[in-house]
Amino acid sequence: MEAITKLFKNNVRQYGMIIALVVIMILFTVLTGGLLVKPINITNLILQNSYILVLAIGMVLVIITGHIDLSVGSVAAFVGALSAIMMVDWGLPAWIAVIASLAAGALIGAWQGFWVAYVKIPAFIVTLAGMLLFRGLTMIVLEGQSISPFPDGFTKISSGFVPNLADTATNLVAILAGVAFTVLYILNELRGRREQARYNFEVTSTGLFVLKLAVIAIVINAFTFMLASYAGIPNILVLLFVLILAYSFMMNKTVMGRHIYALGGNEKAAGLSGIKTKKVTFWVFVNMGVLAAVSGLIFAARLDAATPRAGTNFELDAIAACFIGGASAAGGIGTVFGAIIGGLVMGVLNNGMSLIGLGIDWQQGIKGLVLLLAVAFDIYNKNKRAA
Amino acid sequence: MSEYILEMRGIVKTFPGVKALDDVNIRVRQGEIHSLCGENGAGKSTLMKVLSGVYPHGSYEGDILFEGQTCEFKDIKQSEEKGIVIIHQELALIPYLSIAENIFLGNERSKKGVIDWNETIMRTGELLKKVGLSENPNTLVGNIGVGKQQLVEIAKALSKKVKLLILDEPTAALNEHDSENLMRLMLEFKREGITCILISHKLNEVTRVSDSITILRDGHTIETMSMQEDGVTEDRIISGMVGRDMTHRYPERTPEIGEVALEVRGWTVYHEHHPDRKALDDINLTLRHGEIVGIAGLMGAGRTELAMSIFGKSYGRNISGQLVKDGKEIRNDSVSQAIANGFAYVTEDRKEYGLILMDDIKRNISLTGIGKLTKRAVVNEREEVLVAEDMRKRMNIKTPSILQKTGNLSGGNQQKVVLGKWIFSEPDILILDEPTRGIDVGAKYEIYTIIQQLAAQGKAVLVISSELPEVIGLSDRIYVMNAGRITGEVSREQASQETLMKYMTHTGGVKRGSDHQTV
Repeated sequence: MEAITKLFKNNVRQYGMIIALVVIMILFTVLTGGLLVKPINITNLILQNSYILVLAIGMVLVIITGHIDLSVGSVAAFVGALSAIMMVDWGLPAWIAVIASLAAGALIGAWQGFWVAYVKIPAFIVTLAGMLLFRGLTMIVLEGQSISPFPDGFTKISSGFVPNLADTATNLVAILAGVAFTVLYILNELRGRREQARYNFEVTSTGLFVLKLAVIAIVINAFTFMLASYAGIPNILVLLFVLILAYSFMMNKTVMGRHIYALGGNEKAAGLSGIKTKKVTFWVFVNMGVLAAVSGLIFAARLDAATPRAGTNFELDAIAACFIGGASAAGGIGTVFGAIIGGLVMGVLNNGMSLIGLGIDWQQGIKGLVLLLAVAFDIYNKNKRAA
Repeated sequence: MSEYILEMRGIVKTFPGVKALDDVNIRVRQGEIHSLCGENGAGKSTLMKVLSGVYPHGSYEGDILFEGQTCEFKDIKQSEEKGIVIIHQELALIPYLSIAENIFLGNERSKKGVIDWNETIMRTGELLKKVGLSENPNTLVGNIGVGKQQLVEIAKALSKKVKLLILDEPTAALNEHDSENLMRLMLEFKREGITCILISHKLNEVTRVSDSITILRDGHTIETMSMQEDGVTEDRIISGMVGRDMTHRYPERTPEIGEVALEVRGWTVYHEHHPDRKALDDINLTLRHGEIVGIAGLMGAGRTELAMSIFGKSYGRNISGQLVKDGKEIRNDSVSQAIANGFAYVTEDRKEYGLILMDDIKRNISLTGIGKLTKRAVVNEREEVLVAEDMRKRMNIKTPSILQKTGNLSGGNQQKVVLGKWIFSEPDILILDEPTRGIDVGAKYEIYTIIQQLAAQGKAVLVISSELPEVIGLSDRIYVMNAGRITGEVSREQASQETLMKYMTHTGGVKRGSDHQTV
């Protein structure tokens, strides 16, 4: 028991938000009489939040470098509008339009990155300008109208599911994916533990380790079972999963990731250590532009329309997700995984409050308080440890 | 009135997991200069924070008697009301406010809430005169040098009718000239009856001005000595601080000097903010393999500017001149190019420019040489751990784990991490800017040993230091700079504080030692 309390105390920061997420989920499960964890709602949760989560991945990189990007909602809308013009008005094939849209996102990112990294204008100002500029451009290219409908192949990005292997009531692919992922996860954890032991690092006791694996295995399989009993794995979940893995890998294991953290931690020291700080900043913004484009495409596909008001306030949700997930506004601290958890906290709150019939007015207020409390909790923890 | 203005009895202060102060006793006589000496982490600053109310009454054990009265300060405000003023190592001035505004900040001269500027300016003028600073009270603090800022801090203390002035490392950032000034000022205050507590690592200053000295080690009071009665020497203080005799402050070494490693020819650099002002003017110097070359100079002489402009043009504009490494001309147009050319630069301010404080030791060490640990841009973390562990042992970094955040390390250990980072990048030429600033005596010795080992491996080392004994003790050859020029070149044998000081204040062209062979 003592070991558990110790483990808990040491990892409050790391696991705090997961615990918060679980508590919020349980709360709304009770309040909605189980509606929240119905298979259809779990699937909906993913579909509803996918575009915010994609933004949060890019945003956490921007925040780690010590900047902010207020323009992502407008950029997402603008790219969505471009894709609609290309596919609906010009009749281009979806894949060409998607590639062109991503390129447009990269260009927009490069534009903003240039001002931030090379001209040294604070990102807050550059992206505030971008927020207005690209919202304006969206309205101009759409001439104030919505464009729809998109071709079928395109909307499948957001509304389609990975096809089932056989015609079964519960989706086999989802179940198998869950099992396969569990096995991979356990193998990876075992390998990590062996290595830790080899380097004489302190490892958690065997009992706790097994408990942790068991809990995670149950969560994964319960989740895929839920998906299986509705319609299977949404296409968008596959995309999200790939993005989360790829970006976590980049931030933790590659030189680029190291450089981003170092730059955010101390820009001057990073520069004098040979890191090309301007270049890194520039590329983080290019990356944000591409992910904003991805988000815009997902949203357009989900709505099956490009509208002038698409993406309004997306930037705020994405930024909130990063801070709830433990990122520091001063830079240098934050994780992709944390941002995803933060995004899910916001998502579950939205979804849960809608299910119990709270109005949008109350939803906004409560989300604001949650953001404030989450960051206050984080800072309180940090101070407690520093004292 | 009692003989002692301040008595602190049996002070115990615990932080979670550590006893920072354990039964500390100190008595300060009315009107004396009392020095507090001890290695970093000995508890000096903690003790002063207890005294000034930063740690409020109740968070420590023991008694504080000031002018015979028991004091229970809840915050700094209360201790200041009694006349206890502390000037911290990091100056607490606001750069965008004027000298006058800073001096009366929180203590504004006002009538019914409206600031009386005439009185503010007039009183500031009086205070500045007292501390010997001839600046306009309306000058922004950001526009005057560190030495003058220190004087503004003292003027601010005087404005509060100070009885006990505490100076925490007041000369750490000052050059010899400004330090000298400050020492004089302290003696002046003593004549006026102000008691001073001085915390300083510069023992020559301590022995010069103090009346008595209290030594702290590991949170205990070791001894209190009277300067006059006990005939205290610097070595005597050091042995008290480290708990052993330190016969050698600089490790023994026989230099093996090889071929010329670096030649800097006609290096001229224009000022970063004033494009028509030369920050460095026609600098020529040589550096040989296995040689430790010192650069002495007052603050503002252009030493750091020289180092940074060579290291990837990190300072200045319109840089002209040649860099010749091992006989071949090279270009250091960016930091990464300089690193690729085998240069390393350890900055003077390790917290601001040297370390990622929120990252652990391992990541800081691998940062510059990360290319050696990667395969197709993926970092081999196992190798990284081994490298960091190896460096921890070689540099004797005192830490429970290489996963410790560098922000939590002491100054000496932080400096070892910075050195370790650069050693891992395997440079041929190391430029060390104030490598032992703010580091305690024991760790200094270790840093000196590391520097000498690097030279013994055939690396060329350029050491910039404001402490003359250090430059002399460490270097094989010394260049002296003043106002952006090299004003002298002195061999180890000729070097004395007096000679260096002469060149440091000399404004003409190059003067070489008479018997020195030029290259």
